[in-house]
Amino acid sequence: MKIGFNQINKHFGEVHANADITLDVQSGMIFGILGENGAGKSTLMKILSGFIQPDSGEIVLDGKAVSIETPADAIKFGIGMLHQDPLDFPPMQVIDNFIVGQRGGLILSHKDVIKAFRELQSQFDFSLDPDAYVDTLTVGERQQLEILRLLWLGARVLILDEPTTGISIQQKEKLFAALKVLAGQRKTIIFVSHKLEDVEVLCDQVAILRKGYLVGQVDAPYDTDQLVEMMFGKQIVLKELESVAQDKVVFELQDLYIEQYPLAIENVNFSLRAGEVIGLAGMEGSGQDVVLRACTGLLRPVSGRVIVNGTDLTGKNYLEFMQNGVAFLPASRLEEGLVPGLTLAEHFTVTTEDKQQLFIDKAYFRQKSEQMIEEYHIIGRPETPVESLSGGNQQRAALSLLKDSLSIILLEHPTRGLDIESTIYMWDKLKERCKLGTSIFFISGDLDEILRYSDRILVFFSGRVSPPLDSATVSLEQLGQLIGGKGWAKEFGDEETYEASTNP
Amino acid sequence: MSGDIILLGLAGVIASGAPIVLAAIGETLTERAGVINLSLNGTIILSAMMGFWVAVEFDSLLLGFFAGALVGALVAAIVAFSSITLKQSQVAVGFILTITCRDLAYFLGNPIMGRQGPIMFSTPIPLLRQIPIIGPLFFQQSLMTYFSMILIFLAWFWISKTRPGLMLQGIGEKPAAAFVRGANVQAMRYFYTILGGALVGLAGPLYTLSVKPGWKGTITGLDGIGWIALAITIFGGWNPIRVAFGAYLFAFLQWLGLVLQSSWTFIPSQVLQVAPFPLMILTLLLVNLGNTEWMDRLLATLPDGVRIRVKKLIRSLRSQPPAALGTPFERQ
Repeated sequence: MKIGFNQINKHFGEVHANADITLDVQSGMIFGILGENGAGKSTLMKILSGFIQPDSGEIVLDGKAVSIETPADAIKFGIGMLHQDPLDFPPMQVIDNFIVGQRGGLILSHKDVIKAFRELQSQFDFSLDPDAYVDTLTVGERQQLEILRLLWLGARVLILDEPTTGISIQQKEKLFAALKVLAGQRKTIIFVSHKLEDVEVLCDQVAILRKGYLVGQVDAPYDTDQLVEMMFGKQIVLKELESVAQDKVVFELQDLYIEQYPLAIENVNFSLRAGEVIGLAGMEGSGQDVVLRACTGLLRPVSGRVIVNGTDLTGKNYLEFMQNGVAFLPASRLEEGLVPGLTLAEHFTVTTEDKQQLFIDKAYFRQKSEQMIEEYHIIGRPETPVESLSGGNQQRAALSLLKDSLSIILLEHPTRGLDIESTIYMWDKLKERCKLGTSIFFISGDLDEILRYSDRILVFFSGRVSPPLDSATVSLEQLGQLIGGKGWAKEFGDEETYEASTNP
Repeated sequence: MSGDIILLGLAGVIASGAPIVLAAIGETLTERAGVINLSLNGTIILSAMMGFWVAVEFDSLLLGFFAGALVGALVAAIVAFSSITLKQSQVAVGFILTITCRDLAYFLGNPIMGRQGPIMFSTPIPLLRQIPIIGPLFFQQSLMTYFSMILIFLAWFWISKTRPGLMLQGIGEKPAAAFVRGANVQAMRYFYTILGGALVGLAGPLYTLSVKPGWKGTITGLDGIGWIALAITIFGGWNPIRVAFGAYLFAFLQWLGLVLQSSWTFIPSQVLQVAPFPLMILTLLLVNLGNTEWMDRLLATLPDGVRIRVKKLIRSLRSQPPAALGTPFERQ
């Protein structure tokens, strides 16, 4: 199906999210929509999928102007969308998720549907268990489920909004293979992303949005520098980084043993030096998050010791870790990191150490937050509630809330969902702190990020923790093998072998 | 105590549990759609009075129950309008309604205080009534009690085995996801709130026309039942079968209190009257133990074969509220 956007406009308050966008997408191709966070990509796609209505403009399908009022209308026209946060029902079983919204008899009959489901998924080499509960699946598997569901409903156009965020490399490869199969079946794929490398390997053609405007359209093969310039309006150069690690040890783990069903992590011995950056690599659920949480007092180790600046803090709670200069930025910003419903100014009011009197000095904190907004380039105002900030801005806000003098910052996926510019900015800020002697301990699913920013790397594989690797001597391929459980024996001279002992 | 008397007593438990079943199942349907109707306590008292009044005036049980259901549906419609359309706090609206309805019932009910009204007697079912034990227990009840028993299975079947029921689960869980699957979230929420309210409204007349006949104002003894029904809905994990189990358990504890009162005279009667409430909470808490983290840790120490089986059992008992419970849905 050929899709046309004709002078689409959409405002959210004062923000012009889509400005006069006119764009054509030919059928049977993988079409990329590229832009930084907040460029208006999701808005445009939500308009196409009927989730929101444009202020003006029209959608043209195969030459006919249509009105798409709801997602149900969109699916009638054969347009289905995978939202950035999968719109599925976590407590339900896979097969029930597949069925909800399908037409059919009053009483459910699972047998035939399961058969059809299995046939459909075999086309794409997916292996979802129809009886599994969705909350036990990974984000990648939930995407697979949504793809199958939309195809089953007759989607001929599939929109994917940032599908490569939060999924493993293997799942990404599977996803890309499936999308190529679909394009081969003359289906139209619209792939929305801020990740250049994904768009470059996958898309036949790409449109670039910036601040609500369509900047241009480019055919494959691409010139990366050109794409970057179109996305950001300027060239972005990666600076050379140097280690600023000092000799002083600020943090130690001794014989740590942690249990968090189904993982048991044994014998973690490790010391972190002032100003050092340590990356924790591994597939999601391999134990990185467990160790990180044990380092902050959020999870109590069964045995072993956690020593911060020479003080044994084993078994203490997060508050005491904080008082000893440890800070934690969790991956789920809105659930654990920030307080939804509170404004930026209110966040500074509750976290800042000065002016902690009974009555709030509104003027002071307003001024303080304006200063931080300026310093950390947060797009928002002191009275903006944090949940209405975009992901990148939420992350910057979380960073700006950290105290000045910290000895260790622990981060979970610090740049997940952020575009290159925000990522670079985030790390600039973190590195500034490293120069002042703050150490960083971070988890990332992005191996490039781990290699680029870490001084040393710990690899995790189903509860096993590697000895620290020097990031200067390890290659991307090696790291990729290790997180998949391969090459451990060779690398560490370990007697046990881990070859394919679990399914990624 | 002879077997016959115990059997009679247990049949009484099923009859006196019936209104709680109706109310708790009604609330279950409402909450499954993501709306909390907190007005249960007031709704039950007001519908008890109105249902009794209409039944007396027209000398018709049917009209009495109809009036009760209508009152329940109207109160629920207010909750629906203010929470779904006006997007106001469901808790605040429900709370105010529960107090208003109760006091309104006591005030408006003055003229019919102590009046003689029709009573719904039991309608034994031929043949089935003669089955030993089961017969006297389940098949010598009133029509409304039969209805309450059928409703348990109907509600369970609807929620877990039908297509619209699956969508109902979805609406309470993640309305945005239900919306992209073609559901009219607002309309469905109105429907289930009003339907649930009507069921709650049937509970009132079931008391005044059958279980505790007559309207005696503040000493009718219905104050508190609505709160228990709400608690049962929550601890029953929004599952009709478990909710019904909770309702009967409560009725059983109340009956036990009455029975023990005569034999255990050394315990003050007030203790036995109040005991069902804390006992109820304790039991339901035990059922929900599987939700705790220390339970997970305890289980981790078991051998694999046992652990997996226990895990499955606990998973089946585990209850999680509909994720969108109490939050309005906005399309953006």
